[in-house]
Amino acid sequence: MTAAALPSYQRPVGVHPPLDSPEYRSSLLRAPKLAPVPLPQRLTEVTGPLLGAERVTGTDADLTRRHPAEPLGERIIVTGRVLDSDGRAVPDALIEIWQANAAGRYAHGVDNHPAPLDPNFDGAGRCLTDSAGRYRFVTIKPGAYPWRNHLNAWRPAHIHFSLFGRAFTQRLITQMYFPGDPLFGQDPIFNSVPDPAARQRMICRFDLDVTQPDWALGYQWDIVLRGRDQAVFEEHR
Amino acid sequence: MTAGITPSQTVGPFLAIGLPWPDGPYVVDPGTDGAITITGRVLDGAGDPVPDALVESWQAAPDGSFGHPDDPRSGGSRGVVTPGQHGGGSEKFRGFGRSATAEDGSYLLVTLKPGILPGNEEHAQAPHLDLSVFARGLLDRVVTRLYFGDEQAANDADPVLGTVPAGRRDTLIAAPVAGRPGSYSFDIRLQASQAGPETVFFDV
Ligand SMILES: [Fe+2]
Repeated sequence: MTAAALPSYQRPVGVHPPLDSPEYRSSLLRAPKLAPVPLPQRLTEVTGPLLGAERVTGTDADLTRRHPAEPLGERIIVTGRVLDSDGRAVPDALIEIWQANAAGRYAHGVDNHPAPLDPNFDGAGRCLTDSAGRYRFVTIKPGAYPWRNHLNAWRPAHIHFSLFGRAFTQRLITQMYFPGDPLFGQDPIFNSVPDPAARQRMICRFDLDVTQPDWALGYQWDIVLRGRDQAVFEEHR
Repeated sequence: MTAGITPSQTVGPFLAIGLPWPDGPYVVDPGTDGAITITGRVLDGAGDPVPDALVESWQAAPDGSFGHPDDPRSGGSRGVVTPGQHGGGSEKFRGFGRSATAEDGSYLLVTLKPGILPGNEEHAQAPHLDLSVFARGLLDRVVTRLYFGDEQAANDADPVLGTVPAGRRDTLIAAPVAGRPGSYSFDIRLQASQAGPETVFFDV
């Protein structure tokens, strides 16, 4: 074995938010103060958990069917592909999501937003990507909700997404936003991403082709994980 | 060329809705021969516990291999590996652990000690776990490594520890718990406080 035979994953320069983003107040006591130590990718970093079907059960991808009755709210389909930055599909990868209900309330003891809970909505979902990297959830559109970051602070509607690629290096947790949300401008979490073009990549798009007549609005959102460093990979394949 | 990558966002305060698994902390069944326990707390810059964090671990099996097709020794196979002489052949070793923190900031991992990883143009790597920490307040995960205090010779030769300033290395060493064989303690300090210096985090 030679180290050069291992894949190496591109560094996402300028993509992710800086940990030190003081406008997001929770970062003040939690973002590390010291510069991270560079870690060249070795075996532990280019491998990762390959979690399979044992993590997902039948109704996990349809958040409207996990309780005796349907949740309140606008029924939506969220679908897309998981790709890496070389455009290759990421198949058989676990996606986990969680979200607020239609009123902007999370089914969580710490959420004290005075909006109603929905007994028919727990807000958690899971699925695996198929062989083309495709995923699909049915859920309801989450509501916006207030938080205490600053006076009159509101989070734009969003769904939390957690993704495993095939390597520790590719692990990603992010949030998907909805097009045209008037709350983007005042949200320090959305705006923590420095590059405006990268920010747009967190917003899904309405898709009439995904929309199911007389049933549910459709949204399309592709998620892109770090790709392999082609030069190194091709040379030593 | 990194155009197109989806940016990271914080897990926020409600990660417990979507991420913890009942079996998350158990990389192996707790009854497995040779199982070790790792506990510690995630602490903030005031030295206070972080009750809304998630710690994830990834590591080699006791023989130093990964159940992953990109491990050149795997022959391209994927999936769980049998932990060899430690597992009696039947228990599953997942390599991956996940623990949400409790009110006191504590997390738990039950696993097998990983083996030494083969070196190549450099020295072999000491037994270690890669850890990701997610939390409200962290806009991206932070990555650290956990090494074992009872592997001093291997640690002294480890190529990654060798790149860490000497005065900060011990933030990466899990301490064996006195009187409890197979138990290790490893706190993760997101910032320095009276609880101790900031843990070393890596840019991977
Ligand atoms: Fe949220």
